[in-house]
Formats: sequence, C-alpha cells, structure tokens
Amino acid sequence: MKVLVPVKRVVDFNVKVRVKPDGSGVDTANVKMSMNPFDEIAVEEAVRLKEKGIATEIVAVSCGIAACQETLRTALALGADRAILVETDAELQPLAVAKLLKAIAAKETPQLVIMGKQAIDDDANQTGQMLAALLNWPQATFASKIDIASADGQARATVKREIDGGLETLSMPLPAVITTDLRLNEPRYATLPNIMKAKKKPLEVIKPDALGVDVAPRLTTLKVAEPPRRKGGGRVADAKELVAKLRNEAKVIS
Amino acid sequence: MSILVIAEHDNATLKSATLNTIAAAQKIGGEIHVLVAGHNAAAAAQAAAKVAGVAKALHAEAPHFATPTAESITALAIGLAPAYTHILLPATGFGKNAAPRIAALLDVAQVSDIIAVESADTFVRPIYAGNAFATVQSRDAKKVITVRSTGFDAAAASGGSGIVESVSAPADPGVVRVLGQELTKSDRPELASARVVVSGGRGLQNGENFKLLEALADKLNAALGASRAAVDAGYVPNDYQVGQTGKIVAPDLYIAVGISGAIQHLAGMKDSKVIVAINKDPEAPIFQIADYGLVGDLFEIIPQLTAELS
Repeated sequence: MKVLVPVKRVVDFNVKVRVKPDGSGVDTANVKMSMNPFDEIAVEEAVRLKEKGIATEIVAVSCGIAACQETLRTALALGADRAILVETDAELQPLAVAKLLKAIAAKETPQLVIMGKQAIDDDANQTGQMLAALLNWPQATFASKIDIASADGQARATVKREIDGGLETLSMPLPAVITTDLRLNEPRYATLPNIMKAKKKPLEVIKPDALGVDVAPRLTTLKVAEPPRRKGGGRVADAKELVAKLRNEAKVIS
Repeated sequence: MSILVIAEHDNATLKSATLNTIAAAQKIGGEIHVLVAGHNAAAAAQAAAKVAGVAKALHAEAPHFATPTAESITALAIGLAPAYTHILLPATGFGKNAAPRIAALLDVAQVSDIIAVESADTFVRPIYAGNAFATVQSRDAKKVITVRSTGFDAAAASGGSGIVESVSAPADPGVVRVLGQELTKSDRPELASARVVVSGGRGLQNGENFKLLEALADKLNAALGASRAAVDAGYVPNDYQVGQTGKIVAPDLYIAVGISGAIQHLAGMKDSKVIVAINKDPEAPIFQIADYGLVGDLFEIIPQLTAELS
C-alpha cells in the first residue's frame, strides 16, 4: 500500500513571531523553520505503518519554495522512501495546495493520504478536508488512533478521532484522507546515519504548470496587525488577597 | 446577502457556538437561514427559528444525522448552497470537519476562525497561534467561513420570529460508518462557553490531583480545562485541552494552575477577561499575561483558595 504524506515547511513552533511594522505580514527573515509538527506526526504514523508491513512505500510531498527540499529531506530521514517538491514562489493557499495534491495523487495512486490537521502558521485546518472532497474520498480528521486492516479483500481504516465532547470512532474504506492530531503518536528523531542516507533518496522537483493547476490565491491579505497587548504581571501574596481582588477589584466572582 | 448558518445542536437545543455564529452572520448582514440537520430534531429547528435575526430554520431530518459526518453534512449543504452568498459554520470540531469539504466542492476559498467582520467580503482572523491578526478579503462568489465563538457575543436566543421549513436530506451514501462515540459526562458548564474556567497543567502531577481543581471549580461553578501536557500525560481526557489546536476560550475568569504558559496554550486563553496564574516557578511565562499571579505551591494554595470561597 502506497502512502502519500504531504508536509509543510513552517516557522518553528518555539518562535514567537513579530508583525512587520508596515503591517504587510509577519517577519520570517532569519527565523528558524521546521516541518509542521502535525506533519511530523503524519510522517511518523506512515513509517510505523511501513514497519508493521502495512505500507509498502511512503512518498512525501511538499509545495512551495526551493527551501522546502530541507523539509522533504527530513521526511526522508525519518523514513519516507521518495519525495516530491512542487516548486513555486507563489503564495499558496489551502485550496491551491489541495488541487496540487489531488494531481499528485492522480499520478501516484496512494491508498492513503495522511497529513497534519493544520499548519501552525496559517492555522487554517482546511487542506486535508479539501483534498478529500476533490478526490471524493472519505476523511477522518483529528485522528488520535489509526488501524488499517483488510476484510473481504477491501482495506479499511478504523480511526479514533478527537471531537469537542470526547472521542469518535469512524470506519471507512481506503483510499481515504486522514489528518493527524497531537496524540496520534510521538515522532522519532532523525538519526545522523538516516540523515546521511536521506541525501541519496530520490527527490523529484516539478512545477504546478506540469500538473495543470492554477495556484492563484483566492484570499487577499489586506493587512496583518498585532493583537491588543495584554498587561499582565500582577501579583498577589496569598489566596486571601486573591479572593479579595477577584471579588472587589476585578468583580468576576461574587 | 443571503447567509446559511449550519447549526451545531443536540436535536433538542442549539449549541452555544451556533448563537455566536448567527451573531457573525448578523454582522455580515442579509437574510439569515439556519440549517438544522438532525434526527428527531424538531425542537432544535424551532429553537433556531426563535433566534433573533433568523428568517428561517431549515430542518433536514434523517436517522443518519444522529451522528453526522463531514460527508453527510457536505452533501446536504451543497444541495442548498446555490441560494446563498455566505455559508457559516462554528469553528468547532464539527464545523472545522465539514466546512472545507463544502468550500472545495464549491471551488471557493474558506476563511477559517474569523474573529471579526469588516464587510461582507472582508474578515479578521488569527494566525501564528493568535500572535498576529490577518485582515483578508475574498473575491469568490460564495464565502465559506468558520466562526470563532469568542469573537462574537451570542445572538439572543429568543425574540426571533422565523419560520421552520422542511428540506429533504440526501440519503446517507453509507461509505463512512460511525462506530461509536466516547463523550465525557459532566454536570459542569461547557468549557467553550463557561463564565469561569479552572485549568490544570503539568504541575498537577497526576490525574488524582485534578480532584483539587474539581473542588475549586465546584465553588466557582466553573468548567474544567487543561494544558496539552496534562492531556498528553493522561491526567484528563482530550476534550479538556485549551490551546492553539484545542479549545479556544475567553471566560470572565481563567485560573491557570500549574501551567507554564507556552505560546500554544496562551493562544487558547489569552482573551479571557481576567487571568489568574498559580505556579511555583516565578519565571513561568504565564505570569507575563496574568492579571493576578500567585507564586507558590499549588497543593497548598488551591485548598486555601477553595476554603476562602466558602
């Protein structure tokens, strides 16, 4: 079974971003970039499926600037077999990425696409669901446990997913799109030998035109602003003082 | 403008997030219809019609809507979509699951998690874990939008005089099966809409110790929340998680106990009216945004606090 894992290069989760003074965007110059944490979880899950003998080939794919090759090499070091970069300098939004991934899926014919539920830069939480819709495949979002098994020659995924009130278990035939949530697994670290081996694994670069996809953005960002700053730093000495302040000063309790 | 709000409900009543979503629809302006897809959901449909500003509640009735899937909600919404310029869903797990499928099939962009409406085509949304607000404009003919509840005061649940109309529900394609749900049972207020939240982190050390917070929450009639660390460690179920990719809350009072205050946690609670932090580490980042910080041992302080409130 071939598994396709889309991965995104994003600002590292530890970085506290700053808004550019001219309001045109967030300052990402010289900022540490990493694989989107939810995509790391997706790569890890694919590798575990391969270790269990369920997945036979893992193809990592990323869309964006040339530097995304670093992210793909990380995916290869973690256990992906092959990588594809859809290279473009254009601003990519979820609908365009979903269309690019649909074109890749048409070429690669994976049985499973597993990807992060959201990217921690735009926090959109759309691409996986959009891809599933465009492919007319079932989806299981916010997955915290995935089991793949065959019954009567048909492969099925049983997915436990996190919902607002707790957990929900879905069953669906493959091919399907699954998006990962935090507790699906704890990703491994790439070892140095694997990082070296990854340099020799195939990485193909293609252009959006070659896939016949128009990636023009639909949403225009008019401005980016800092949220109102919160004052903070207040101190109280003990529980008694806290209750008094909450009651009489803040007036949030009776 | 004509707006379809896809309601989240339990067949008897509307979930509070639906009221915040209707409020966002009111800001956009135009005729507002609320879609209630459910099983034995007449009461929820009637509740929707009573919300101030709602012209019509569309009631789609089918057994498979007892446990709706993204696929079944999408099939229903796509059939109704031609009549609307805007389709709104709450930015809850339910809404986030279905909305992008609807947008993709309509070949339009989705605007996720809006916190403000500037005009019928321009919205403000948080990015980078809420460390920046982006104002975005959509030129697509239809807008598909998810609404962050904390961005909009709930529409009044009564005072409306809308009508209820039945709409036919497409049959369940039967591809995805819902095998079951495990829902946390609680008498406490719902975390996403509670006035007071008591939230615990790694400092609690284990699930047993969360009982300390329960006693405090009882005194305050508060909901219980948690940081990612507490959920990952198994102290509490996943639906307690407050944070960038968990629940976003903005209660009148948020009490963070044994929570260090990572960027990702702050994203979920920094719009609370009043923030209290209790932590033994005076350098914990949470103190930078707390209105009232108490440095000390939570195992001493929480019982003292609970006693003071009696």
